[in-house]
Amino acid sequence: MTKQKKWLLSCIVIAVFLALVYFLEGIIPSYSNWSMLFTVLEKGSIYALVAVSMNLVNGFTGLFSLGQAGFMLIGAYAYAVFTIPVAQRAAVYQYFDGGLIQFTIPVFFAILLAGIVAAIFAFLIGLPVLRLKSDYLAIATLGFAEIIRAIFQWNALGPITNGSNLLRKFATYQSALFPIIACGICIAIICLLINSSYGRAFKAIREDEIAAEAMGINLFKHKQLSFVISSFFAGIGGALLAMFQTTIQASAFKAAMTYEFLLIVVIGGMGSITGSIIASFLFIACREWWLRFLDSELYIGDFQVPLLRAGFRNVVFSVVIMIIVLFYRKGIMGTREFSWNGLLRWFKNLPGNIRSIPGRLKRKNKKEAQINE
Amino acid sequence: MNKENVLRVSDITMQFGGVVAVNNFSMEVNKGEIIGLIGPNGAGKTTAFNCITGVYAPTNGQIEFDGNVIISNYPKRKMAKIYKGENMGKYNRVIAPTPDKITKLGIARTFQNIRLFSQLSVFDNVLIAKHLHAKQNVFSATFRINHKEEKRMREETMALLEEQGLEKYKDDVSTSLPYGLQRRLEIARALATNPSLLLLDEPAAGMNPQESDELMEFIGQIRDKYNLSIFLIEHHMQLVMGICERIYVLDHGIKIAEGNPSEIQSNHKVIEAYLGVDE
Amino acid sequence: MDFVRDNLPYILAGISVGGQYALIAIGYTMVYGILRLINFAHGDMFMIAGLMGVYAVTWMPLYLAIPFVIIFTVILGFAIERVAYKPLRSAPRMSVMISAIGVSYLLQNLALYITGGLTKTYPSIPWISNTVKVFGATTKVVTLITPVLTIALVVALVLLINHTKMGMAMRAVSRDFETARLMGIKIDSVISLTFIIGSFLAAVGSILYFSNYTGVMPTAGAMPGLKAFVAAVFGGIGSIPGAVIGAFIIGICENIIKGVGWTTFSDAFTFALLIVILIVKPTGLFGEKNIDKV
Repeated sequence: MTKQKKWLLSCIVIAVFLALVYFLEGIIPSYSNWSMLFTVLEKGSIYALVAVSMNLVNGFTGLFSLGQAGFMLIGAYAYAVFTIPVAQRAAVYQYFDGGLIQFTIPVFFAILLAGIVAAIFAFLIGLPVLRLKSDYLAIATLGFAEIIRAIFQWNALGPITNGSNLLRKFATYQSALFPIIACGICIAIICLLINSSYGRAFKAIREDEIAAEAMGINLFKHKQLSFVISSFFAGIGGALLAMFQTTIQASAFKAAMTYEFLLIVVIGGMGSITGSIIASFLFIACREWWLRFLDSELYIGDFQVPLLRAGFRNVVFSVVIMIIVLFYRKGIMGTREFSWNGLLRWFKNLPGNIRSIPGRLKRKNKKEAQINE
Repeated sequence: MNKENVLRVSDITMQFGGVVAVNNFSMEVNKGEIIGLIGPNGAGKTTAFNCITGVYAPTNGQIEFDGNVIISNYPKRKMAKIYKGENMGKYNRVIAPTPDKITKLGIARTFQNIRLFSQLSVFDNVLIAKHLHAKQNVFSATFRINHKEEKRMREETMALLEEQGLEKYKDDVSTSLPYGLQRRLEIARALATNPSLLLLDEPAAGMNPQESDELMEFIGQIRDKYNLSIFLIEHHMQLVMGICERIYVLDHGIKIAEGNPSEIQSNHKVIEAYLGVDE
Repeated sequence: MDFVRDNLPYILAGISVGGQYALIAIGYTMVYGILRLINFAHGDMFMIAGLMGVYAVTWMPLYLAIPFVIIFTVILGFAIERVAYKPLRSAPRMSVMISAIGVSYLLQNLALYITGGLTKTYPSIPWISNTVKVFGATTKVVTLITPVLTIALVVALVLLINHTKMGMAMRAVSRDFETARLMGIKIDSVISLTFIIGSFLAAVGSILYFSNYTGVMPTAGAMPGLKAFVAAVFGGIGSIPGAVIGAFIIGICENIIKGVGWTTFSDAFTFALLIVILIVKPTGLFGEKNIDKV
């Protein structure tokens, strides 16, 4: 396929997809089981954005950073604080006399601001922290995320952050197309960055810091750049997540949230944007939708199917995750990316691959048996 | 001699705790010269390289490049007490740039145990070295504002690969290349940073005689083509004696000899260092 | 002196919590020392041990329940290593770390499923749950026992590591995994032992911790786990004395902060302290410096 053809094909697929979402949104009623589809699409794309931003730092630059939840929190708050209508502020900030800020800014700028504030925090945090190595960097960024969470819950900042209370009634979106398109644009920008000269410099740092430095790449400057850009998009992701949830509270942005994204990034494949996106949608779909039936008790005649009750969904979900982690060590995509040619090849080889599964399993067992001997 | 000085290393000492790895080492490289640094294992050759390229800040001493002082240091605090090198107090400035700044000035290097960007393609390995002089910032690069710059970088990379005979491997993963070609790729990558001085750390390590002969020829060629000065560490005596105009010999961190190949070959101290002394 | 008197309850609580963190931190630091793995599931093991304590007393008398909890935790720790970490021995480090996060996820969700999300109250254990007066401050006996027991266990552990053949094997493995394997050390049994010791100490820690803070819920392990990990990093990850000292410092500091009335920041302060230490000494208090060889 020529380059133009691929472009055209991609544009058509995207347009058809968006039109389909728009169309389905019109016909699927909100009480239907299928309305979960939109939850998956919306939350999935927001998760995809944050996962890709995390992949930029962890997978492409090779820094082990666990600050994502903190930057999302900053973004979510920056967005929410500036878009609660002035008339509603008295109700929201009921313990703080209606709060300090008495104006709103348009949604677009609020989202941008969310990213910028997160990026500024990342810049300041990066100054001391990015000189640390691997696991020490991980725990320091995790620590900063926890510190940020504590600061946002601080009562003295209540007039701005509403202390540890919920923020609500801020502007949200109407159509699922909004987060999909917003996240799509952001991910596209990250893609462009990764395929630019700077993206290559990031990969060089991941591969070998000493060699990268010898090639004239300023380690600190490039790490800082990657960290700040990643946080910018995590902040935007936080803002979008706030819009999706319609209420936010600092206490929700725990370390566990960061682990979730790390899980997605690794399951998708460290260093693969496609992988992060696929893994995000699968993760959300599996947890929120496909396994939902496990949470409700089920009777077949008089016989109650054992184990099924609230909470079982998450147990099964964690088991599924464990299986994927144990059997797909390099993640779904490894470091590969989506391409039309790759997809074509995959479809062509599919029948052969399916036929060869029993053989491959046999070989794998044999090999493992040999190793164990 | 009215030759232009490219690199002048003055009284470099590198001390790790109580261990003096390089002691009071001075040397110079003139424009267009090929200079060798030899010595038994553990003599401090790579440490000297690391001081010149900014990986370590030397404990004492000074390095000039193209007439400007680029690195300078003197022992301070705790180090001043345990310092065992010479020329204490001669230097009193601290200039300690990171390796990337040194590379920017025009000193490129290769590594003793090849350090390629292992998961990236041969092409990308060289292209990354072009990042340094690219006239673009992160915005213009991301949004492809300066299209020509990226195109220029790619064309130059391709030209360099063709010249090194690596063009047919351009999409291969760099570590899948045969050993000799990996060495060559590392040199190509160093050349891509547009250096005026090239430091080669054991370029012939692990090569058979024929390969090292080829390498010898190749080093001469790139020197002429890129107008380079070359400073290399090597154990292959044949190669060193064959191409180097002057040679420095280190043993236990101390310079025991310098001179042209024939002088070195007949130098008693050098023979003792390599073969030991008859008691 | 006034400061000490006013803050005595907090300092006592700090020493006690510090000891409990220390018991968990040793598990982190030992596993890290040998596998270079941040065992994210360790805090959840601690929580499961607590939960098991709640259920065990309803099934059997107390003198059986305590050993049962400890043995159960040890077996669980052993099993987790065999199922979730051992198959990934040759995989990249990040995969193992993710597997640990997966286990943590699984344990939390399992606990959530079993408890139905309700907070369970830890049984009061006679004598150690009693209250006593120390220098005019009221506290539980467990507060006083914890540091003593912690120190005793740590001393025993250090003796084990420095003076037994198995201890020597552990030290060798933590120095160089591959070489130790080539020297004929049974890597797998060393690793299993590490997990067994870590789980044992976590189980003891859980009994002490939950006797003090009696609410057991599925996320109860997350914060103490994280704190203990911070303590391990603080002391220089891989170093047992470092982890213990780090744990005591963190426990005491956090409680004094609470005493001053900055409860919101008690967790944040721990991390701030850690970050300051890391900036000054990038490998923690007793950590070894590793130099990249060029």
